[in-house]
Order: sequence, then C-alpha cells, then structure tokens
Amino acid sequence: MVNNGVLQLVQYLLRRIVTIILALWLIVTLTFMIMHSVPGGPFASEKKLPDVIKRNLEDRYHLNDPLSKQYINYLNNLIHFDLGPSFRYEYRTVNDIIKTGFPVSAILGALAIAFALVVGLLAGIISALRQNRWQDYLAMVLATLSFSVPIFILSGLLMYFFAYKLQILPSAMWGTWQQAILPTLALAALPTAFIARLMRSSMLEVLQQDYIKTARAKGLSERVIVLRHGVRNAVLPVVTYLGFLVTDVLMGSFVVESIFAIPGLGMWYVNSILNRDYTVILGVTIFFSAFLMLMNFFVDLTYVVIDPRIKLVDRKDV
Amino acid sequence: MSMEISPQMFKRLEHDGQPAEETLCPSVGYRQNVWLRLKQNKLAMTGIIIIVLLALLALVGPHLSAHSYEEQDLLMVNQPPGGSYWFGTDALGRDLFARVWYGARISLTIGLLTSVICMVIGVLYGGISGYLGGRVDEIMMRFVEVIYSIPFLLYVILLMVLLEPGLKSIFIALGIVYWQNMARIVRGQVLVLKEQEYIYAARLLGAGTWRILLRHLIPNTMGPIIVSMTLLVPEAIFTEAFLSFLGLGVSAPMASWGVLASDGIQGLRNYPWQLFFPALFISITMLAFNFVGDGLRDALDPRLRR
Repeated sequence: MVNNGVLQLVQYLLRRIVTIILALWLIVTLTFMIMHSVPGGPFASEKKLPDVIKRNLEDRYHLNDPLSKQYINYLNNLIHFDLGPSFRYEYRTVNDIIKTGFPVSAILGALAIAFALVVGLLAGIISALRQNRWQDYLAMVLATLSFSVPIFILSGLLMYFFAYKLQILPSAMWGTWQQAILPTLALAALPTAFIARLMRSSMLEVLQQDYIKTARAKGLSERVIVLRHGVRNAVLPVVTYLGFLVTDVLMGSFVVESIFAIPGLGMWYVNSILNRDYTVILGVTIFFSAFLMLMNFFVDLTYVVIDPRIKLVDRKDV
Repeated sequence: MSMEISPQMFKRLEHDGQPAEETLCPSVGYRQNVWLRLKQNKLAMTGIIIIVLLALLALVGPHLSAHSYEEQDLLMVNQPPGGSYWFGTDALGRDLFARVWYGARISLTIGLLTSVICMVIGVLYGGISGYLGGRVDEIMMRFVEVIYSIPFLLYVILLMVLLEPGLKSIFIALGIVYWQNMARIVRGQVLVLKEQEYIYAARLLGAGTWRILLRHLIPNTMGPIIVSMTLLVPEAIFTEAFLSFLGLGVSAPMASWGVLASDGIQGLRNYPWQLFFPALFISITMLAFNFVGDGLRDALDPRLRR
C-alpha cells in the first residue's frame, strides 16, 4: 500500500510544478507581448535611422516575420537559453551580461542572507527570552526602524555617515571585504528585522506550550529547553519566509548595487532600464523570474521535508 | 401519560417596582468598542495624530513658503537650510520646504488611492470567489496562485518602462501588484461567514447573490479589510519610492517623496539635506501607518493580543 503522506507530497509537488510551468509560460508570453508593444519598436531612438538601415536591422532580427512565427522563434531561442543581443552595447549578448553580473550579485546576496539569518534569529531568540526588558525593546525598536526606511535611503545614509563623515569604510566599488560591509548591511536590514520579529513571536508562542513545561518539569537544563525544544520548533515559520527573503534581497540588490557602484546584475538591470535597452530588460527579467520561482520551489520543498504539518504562512500574517 | 400543565401550578408575583433586569453600564456597539480599545493604544494614537498633522501640512505646507515648488532660482542652487529656504534648495534652486510638502500630497495620494483601488478589486474578486465557491472558486484562486508565484514587481518595472510616466501609470502598476492579497483575505472571510445562520436566513427570505454579497457578507469582513488597507498605504509609498529610484516615478516638475529622495542621493556628498528631509518624512509616515495598522488589528480582534 502506498503511504498516504507520500501520495499527498507527490500530489503537492505535481501541483507546484504545473503552477511553475504555467507561470513561466505566462511570463514569457507577457514579455513577448510587451516587447512588441514598445512604442515605435526597439530601434526607435532620438537619432532617426535611415529607412534602409532600419529595414536591414529589422530583417536581421526577424521583426518583419508574421507574429506567430516570431513567437515560435522566440520560444525556441528561450528553450536553448539564448536571450539575444543587447540593443545598446555592441558585441554583448544578454547571456554575457548575466554571466559577468550574476556571480557578483550572488556573493552579495549570499552575504546579506547569511547576515539576516544569523543576526535576525539571534535577535528574535534573545528578545523572546528577555521579553519586555531592555534587550527586547532595543531589538524591536531597531527592527521597527528598519521597516520604515526605504532601502535606497538607508544605503544613502550608511554611505554618508560611514564613508563621507567618519571615513572608515569605502563608499563604492567591489573587490575587498571592506567594500562589502556597507552594501551587505543595507541589503540585510529589512530581512533581518523581519526575521527577528517573526522569530520573536514564534518563540514566545512555543515557550508557552505544554511540552516546554514538561521539559522544565523533567529538570532539563535551560540550554536544552531553549535550543532543542524551543528554537527547533519556533524556527519553522522562519523557513516559510525564506522564499520571500530571496525575492526581497534580489529587489534590494538593484538599488544597493546601483548606489554602491557594484558591477552585479542588479546594476546592469537598472542601467538597462535607464537606457531603455529593451532586450536586456526583458532577458534579465525572464532570468530573474525563473530564478526566483526555482528558489521558491526549493524553499517549499525544504519545509515540506522538514515538517509535513507545516502550513503556508502568508507574510502579511506576521 | 403526560403531565398536564395547569394554571394552578403558577403563582403570580407582585411587581415590586424594581426593573426585572438591568444593564448597569451603557451598551457599547462594535464600532465604539473598537474605538475604545484603539484609544488605549498609545502607539496607534500617536500614529493617528502624526498622519493628521502630515495631511494638514501636505495641504497648507506648500503655501507657507515664500517660494513655489516649481520655481527655479539658478542663483540659489544647493543652498543649505536657512533664510527663506527652511529646508534648503535643490540642484535647480527650488525650495525644498515647498517641494517636501508638495511631495507629501503626491505620496499620500498614491498610498491612499492605491489602497482604495486594491480594496475594490480585492473585495469584488475575493467576495465572488468565496461566495460562489466550488469550481468557480477553484479556478479564480488558481489564477491568483499563478499570479502570486510570479515576482510581480519585475513586471511592474516592465510596465512602467512602457507606460507614459505619470500618476495614472503608477496607480495601474501598484494596483496590479497588491490586489491579490486583499482578494485572498476577503475570500477567506467570506468562506467562513457564508455558512452562518444569518446568511441562510437572508437566502431563505429570497435575497439574491449580489444583495447577500454586498449587504450581508462584505460589511462583516470590513475589519480585516481596513487593517490591510492601512498597512497597504505605507507599502505603496515604499514601492513608489523604489520605482522613483529606478527613474520610473512621477515626472518633473511633479515630485513625490521618492523622487525627492532619489534626487537627494545624487548630491549626497556635499548637500546631504537634500536626502535627509524627504527621508525623514517618508520614515515617519511609514512608522505612523504601521502603528495604526497594528493597533487596529489588535483593537478589532483582542484575542490576537499577547
């Protein structure tokens, strides 16, 4: 006989995979439609191109084929991971841009996520254990403040105080560990605050449970009670936030990389928006969407494996 | 054999002039109750006062200054705060005080209107989905699920690249991102409420779907809707600021706080006040709305309170 739990898991996975494929198709089609509703076409610019050159360019990129043929062509290229050339930079394809930019962004993102998890979890646990004492108030005031400052303002303020006023940290560029400190802090602030608040409320709830009383009654040491029985159960809601965490960090990276002049994919993306470099905007958007959906899928998998009882928590519930 | 109930079994009592039962405290309705609880929440009340003050300043602020928000004075470029320029001037010699309060109008309008737009769409979508139930509900919610799994901010960016820059595009874009959450909340509430007796009673009396939805179900879901509307305001202001940073906000000479702050970033090294003033008011607004939202949630559902 097939185990009922396994069957449910498989059903859930299939449902998720179908959703992802549907969403990806929607994204790709939407992108295609957007691409073709660009006013004046992608070659319209301030400088008017001679008609012959324009026609040649359009022929080169098959813009004069019937739409259905273009659509199939486009899907075919995507299946082969070909996102096409940039319209602004010669000799550069969207794939090149992703290849050079993404590793930088990935390192910055990983640093920020690591910081957010370590500091956020610690702050949450400590404020739950010291509820209504100064440690709790300090952590929660800091968390509330991080919630109310948009990331580009926070980046600006950090840069102003630490790089310009105190002059103890570099204000821009990428390569040394000093250069990574400010961007990581700016990028990690919001997720850290969120994790701290989530962990605090979840930990407070767990500490009131009967099994904690049982553990106390058995005479277990406080360390074992907090770590093995408290934290392990309280951390589950935080796992459900990880998918949003990746999204938050990715969106934040656009801003942080632009302000601190870090040559990651986020900065490229923002530049391509400012330059209206349509193929790069669209290609990178598709890349980001697929990446985020995959990450979310992995996060979901993780917590289904960790705890089958877990329910999907909406971030607004916190 | 059944027992007969006869009048002899009852004795008539003399009325002693006292009321048979009495309510000692004045009866308090649901809304009053919520208001009473909210009044006790200091943070929430501070938030309300701040929001009222900000709204007043947004109305009169631009007129308090001797300069208009769009008046350029190229001899007074990048002046520090002082003189007739209380918050200093920007790179084109425009008065920051007037611009900050003008920006407050735009930012607060964006926050409030987005929240209303999402409320209308979400209530209709979620209400219909939850009330009709069955297959319709399944299809409608699957659609929301698919949309929800797409990182929609990316698509808002795309949309903004294509649409004419301006307030209307921002409303369209923000409306698209934020309605789904409202739809989910309303649907969840309606699913629970529609099984209640008073709905059966209404249906028995011949009320149609629309009447039940609009007169009976939605008014009773107002609590959670108002809470999420309050929390949506700062989120919309936040997102608009993010879009402004990408150069996709309202266009000059109009200015939201987001536009002002991202302009301020450019001259940060030498003219920090150009960032500080808009940054200060964005943050205060975020705090105020979040306090009120949290306070309302506690006041509407005291069981949630810890």
